[in-house]
Amino acid sequence: MGWLRRHRSIIPYLFLLPGGLWLIVFFVLPLLTTLSVSLQEGSLGSGYRLTFNFAIFPESIMRWNEQFVRSLQYGLIVTILTMLIGYPMAYTIAFRGGRYKSALLLLVIMPFFTSFIIRTISWKFILADEGFVLGTLKDWGVLDPSFRLLATPMAVISGITYNFLPFVVLPLYVALERIDPKLIEAANDLYATRRQAFLKVTLPLSMPGVFAASLLSFIPAVGDYLNAELLGSRQTTMIGNVIQRLFLVNNDYPQASALSLVLMVGILVSIFIYMRVLRGQELGT
Amino acid sequence: MVGSAPNTDVRLDRVTKRFGDFTAVDDLSLEIRQGEFFSLLGPSGCGKTTTLRMIGGFEQVTAGSVFIGEREVTGLPAFRRDANTVFQSYALFPHLDVFENVAFGLRRRKVSTDDIRQQVEGMLKLVELPDYGRRKPSQLSGGQQQRIALARALVNHPRVLLLDEPLGALDLKLRKQMQVELKRIQGEIGITFIFVTHDQDEAMTMSDRIAVMRNGRIEQLGTPEQLYETPRTEFVAGFLGVSNLLDAEVAVRGERFIEAHLSDGTRLRAPADGLDGTRLVRIGVRPEKLRVLPVTDAAEPHDSDSNLLEGTVLDASYIGVSTQYLVETADGTRLTVYAQNLETSGANEGLADGQRVRLAWKPQHTFVIARNTGDEGDDQAKEDETKDHA
Ligand SMILES: Nc1ncnc2c1ncn2[C@@H]1O[C@H](COP(=O)(O)OP(=O)(O)O)[C@@H](O)[C@H]1O
Ligand SMILES: [Mg+2]
Repeated sequence: MGWLRRHRSIIPYLFLLPGGLWLIVFFVLPLLTTLSVSLQEGSLGSGYRLTFNFAIFPESIMRWNEQFVRSLQYGLIVTILTMLIGYPMAYTIAFRGGRYKSALLLLVIMPFFTSFIIRTISWKFILADEGFVLGTLKDWGVLDPSFRLLATPMAVISGITYNFLPFVVLPLYVALERIDPKLIEAANDLYATRRQAFLKVTLPLSMPGVFAASLLSFIPAVGDYLNAELLGSRQTTMIGNVIQRLFLVNNDYPQASALSLVLMVGILVSIFIYMRVLRGQELGT
Repeated sequence: MVGSAPNTDVRLDRVTKRFGDFTAVDDLSLEIRQGEFFSLLGPSGCGKTTTLRMIGGFEQVTAGSVFIGEREVTGLPAFRRDANTVFQSYALFPHLDVFENVAFGLRRRKVSTDDIRQQVEGMLKLVELPDYGRRKPSQLSGGQQQRIALARALVNHPRVLLLDEPLGALDLKLRKQMQVELKRIQGEIGITFIFVTHDQDEAMTMSDRIAVMRNGRIEQLGTPEQLYETPRTEFVAGFLGVSNLLDAEVAVRGERFIEAHLSDGTRLRAPADGLDGTRLVRIGVRPEKLRVLPVTDAAEPHDSDSNLLEGTVLDASYIGVSTQYLVETADGTRLTVYAQNLETSGANEGLADGQRVRLAWKPQHTFVIARNTGDEGDDQAKEDETKDHA
């Protein structure tokens, strides 16, 4: 205790210790392991040896180029969709929710009370060719009997969008809730119509929320495999599905690790570009 | 509906605002003249902000009509009214720099870029922050933000400027300074100011006219002098400065003066104007109008017109510019007296606690208030007594 009193400045670091240890054990070590595994060669039977096989990275990109591009595309579309759906939701709760705010927020996170897999499987039933929705519409002759949603990109994208919507609504809500309504009144006072007040005041002030929300939907969406697995087909395979198959079915650990790292770097680069673009826009106003 | 007189800038005609069952503003009518510095004064919750917001268009009236200039604006949204607001919290746009904050209204009205630059710079000069255009609001002090909020509203040259307790967040010294500043700026640009405050001193020093509000209604409207010298209700008398009130009964009604009797038979005279047939009244006099005389002084130094009242000194405290006495009369009423310390060894020197004295004041310095029994138990009035009169 005496020692601590003499070295007071160390105390903040002591507070960081539990978190720091946690990150080292569950983030840094696995990451290093993944890197090391990706640079090994061999097979499950004969064992693996570290050969510094850097060529595996360009090879992986070439070989699964299609799945990479598709994942980034889906991630982008999902991010745009969640934003288009989530922003009005968050806006309504924040500015019009009144005393129902908490109840509405609870509804937004309600889906988390059920497992991710169960929810996605129920989508499988909802979207099924002869399921309740499509079946009924087909019976009424509204849809062509050959129409299908399941196993199409639309099904996969809808699934991911649905699953990550709460991750978008919550940060947007927090950002919008923090905006002083007096600022919108001030804009109206200075001759801004409701639309102009939104574009010139509300939207720019909610940008930190938009930024956080888009990362929280883009990153997991790009790496997702469950929706493609359950709702998709061979034509909608995402990079997550490839990694999962390489790891768990083919037991090709180096290849799977290499793909994971490429995906990570790819996402980091996208985020970096995205941040630069946003920053530039902010300076422009 | 009759239009407003040409020299009226804002007119409220029997305006009522209800929030659910609660009536925040109750059948209020008001005319504000062109170029006037007009204050809405009253305790917290009396409906000042609501009244201002109905003029600005942030709140729509439940009943009645609002005119700005000759034009009826009832029901119009804020962005279509020729009025701008300085908000209590300033409400500067945090994502825009000072220049863009001030330019906001001009940009919405599609003023050309050159004109915007010129007008914004002129306005920043007027509020004495000419080189602050590129700063963000968060980099300014409270007083500077206040000036920018003012510039942002004034640059649009509205017919009326609405100010909701704009100095409320400033410390006392800055507050006094901004009061002077606001008056200067108003004088320079000649726009009508409607100023909301709960601070009587602030309202008194700045305003051409004041409406004292209470429970959503106007209690009394007039110049600071009228309100101070001849308050018409006990509430106004108590809200603006300190007043001594004595229960009395009207005995003689003259043309210019009335004579009223206290319970111990003391006769007091007061101006007759503004008083209806009420018999039960309160006679009021401000502490600085009273003179303290020794009761033994046989030679009457005052003209015989003076009101005279005997009492006992309970407390005397020397506070530099004046000496403050607390005097109790025969019926137990306690009066406050401010006696100016004209000579270093004051004439009243030696007035000790417990000494019998005579209080003298002129009948024309007296005001009369109808004794309204309904007012006695009013919580609102009690609450206002806690106001700091120091
Ligand atoms: N939007 C509102 N909803 C309900 N009550 C309100 C609303 N705005 C004001 N009030 C009530 O109306 C009364 C007057 O408020 P306000 O005009 O802000 O008073 P002041 O500015 O004189 O302090 C207060 O009792 C307040 O609680
Ligand atoms: Mg108020």
